[in-house]
Amino acid sequence: MRFIFKTDYMQDIRLAQHAGQVFWYGALMLALLAAPWLVAEYWLAQLTFILIYAIAGLGLMLLAGFTGLFSLGHAAFLGVGAYTQAVLTNAGVPFAIALACAAGLSAGVGVVVGLPALRVKGVYLGMATLSFGFIVEEVLARWESVTGGNAGIRIKQPDIFGWTLSSGGAFYFLCLLITVLATLGILNLLRAPTGRAFVAIRDSEISAQSMGIHLARYKTLSFALSAALAGIAGALYAHKLQFISPDQFDILQSIDLLLMIVIGGLGSVHGAFLGAIFLIAMPQAIAMVKDYLPPTVGQAPGLQGLVYGVVLVAFVLFEPQGLYGRWLKIRTYLQMFPFYRKGMFKRQKTFQKSDRLR
Amino acid sequence: MQLLQLVISGIAQGCIYGLIALGFVLIYKATETVSFAQGELMMLGAFGGLAGMTLLGFPYWLAVLCAIAGMALFGALLERIVIRPILGQPAFSIVMLTIGIGYAARGLITMIPNIGTETHTLAVPYKDQIWNLAGLVLNVEQMVVIAVTAALSALLYLLFRYSKLGLAMQAASQNQLAAYYMGIPVKRLNGIAWALASAVAAIAGLLLAPITFVHANMGFIGLKAFPAAVVGGFSSLPGAIVGGLVIGIVESLSGFYLPDGFKDTAAYVVVLIMLVVKPTGLFGEKLRKKV
Repeated sequence: MRFIFKTDYMQDIRLAQHAGQVFWYGALMLALLAAPWLVAEYWLAQLTFILIYAIAGLGLMLLAGFTGLFSLGHAAFLGVGAYTQAVLTNAGVPFAIALACAAGLSAGVGVVVGLPALRVKGVYLGMATLSFGFIVEEVLARWESVTGGNAGIRIKQPDIFGWTLSSGGAFYFLCLLITVLATLGILNLLRAPTGRAFVAIRDSEISAQSMGIHLARYKTLSFALSAALAGIAGALYAHKLQFISPDQFDILQSIDLLLMIVIGGLGSVHGAFLGAIFLIAMPQAIAMVKDYLPPTVGQAPGLQGLVYGVVLVAFVLFEPQGLYGRWLKIRTYLQMFPFYRKGMFKRQKTFQKSDRLR
Repeated sequence: MQLLQLVISGIAQGCIYGLIALGFVLIYKATETVSFAQGELMMLGAFGGLAGMTLLGFPYWLAVLCAIAGMALFGALLERIVIRPILGQPAFSIVMLTIGIGYAARGLITMIPNIGTETHTLAVPYKDQIWNLAGLVLNVEQMVVIAVTAALSALLYLLFRYSKLGLAMQAASQNQLAAYYMGIPVKRLNGIAWALASAVAAIAGLLLAPITFVHANMGFIGLKAFPAAVVGGFSSLPGAIVGGLVIGIVESLSGFYLPDGFKDTAAYVVVLIMLVVKPTGLFGEKLRKKV
């Protein structure tokens, strides 16, 4: 068992709690840096997608997992970022400026979406964000002079200070750099007063207000940051695919993002990454298992949807803390062996948080 | 005259949204859970009617009755197996659960060889008939939708007003603890609420089948039922129907009078306006939350 003896406040908020974490995350970073030479081109592309979806997942995790504001239309921000990057890059704007504009415009749209959020809660917020998602998708499809409508746009490759990133490996390093920066940013945000304010808003808005947290400001900030991250992810997504169209950012993409953070583990930064790994690995796993199933089952087009739905239902019923929660349970079991008790992670059912109280 | 024509077709479409929203509000009133699976239940009901007529060879009326009864049973089973263990969890979990159920149902239907991936027509007896009434051209399919919705609303009103079951459901939705004290079997009523909501969704699917044909993506039409429920107010059953009618009429008029592309987004713009002006909806009740 590991005992962490704290003598200092900084130990509470340090990024790495103990030497073991430094070792393992260092090893992970080394493995990720060496990836282009270790894995084949195709798997490197999948790893790049994992990083891109992880950035979007970080944004949605900040909004839904840490602030408790559930957004059913997050793909809209992804789309805004992607299209901004596409339009600006095709017009010759340098990559870094285009990325900043994509993030900024997405953040602006996030603030606009967040404005009704200040007045409504829970399922109504879900409806408002769902509506925004549809409206943004329709705007992207109809504004043909800028976005090219339903035919989509082709995007040139990213061009950083005159150095065109044409190979998969170079683009992978770009995504890795942005992911690491985004993760460090989010971790820093969460251990700062702003992050604690977000968590307070999630746990009880009225209590947060009585502690002096300005709800409107922090909710808007949460929407803006989350949308900015989704915008950055969308921009990288556009560069990766080199072709985008409005139907890639519809409600199914929003549900995929939500699926990702719920299965990964709501309320943890690890959850975004684990969810992204699940989202990208599941189609690959299904493709590999397909050949062993009878043809009526294996070749059916709906198999992926069925597996996603069943896995989501199973996770919500049996493992609500997601993949990261399961890892926490395993790690606690190993750390406390043989003193692990069965009820350590039991869920509390709360009926007091009902919206109907008479 | 054109306006009246548009309004009538808007009312017909709005009745479909209203029926799905009705199921949605029923579940919300009983268990305070938001169910995103209503659209897929509608799709399953339509496929059930199709299966009854093609696979089992039933005549139309028998297939319809079997589809409705089958979906009611399916809804009750769904509640018992999947929803009941999850009550008391945060609302988001339940939303994700019903989204997952919808996903799985859509995937399952698409997996059925030769039937799932195609678009089918349901051979209804009143197919493609037209009435000419005082200069209006009325589509009989749309008239049937309006008539059935009106009849169903009247039936549900009578159920909730005069029958013991209806009173018990109202009691359970208003104050669950007091209902438990009064000996009302609340859990069983939740199952009945889900069964009723699924049956209503199946009726909506069977009514929609002649208009949009039966295919696996029918459930997305049900997404417009959420604006209907928001406009009417989440805790109000007549509000669901009224909200549906409002959304249907707005959609129909904006499809004709506004430029291209506004037809699909009009419903969502109405929702946003409603949420800004009157978040609890036209007939909803304002509630305060305790810490």
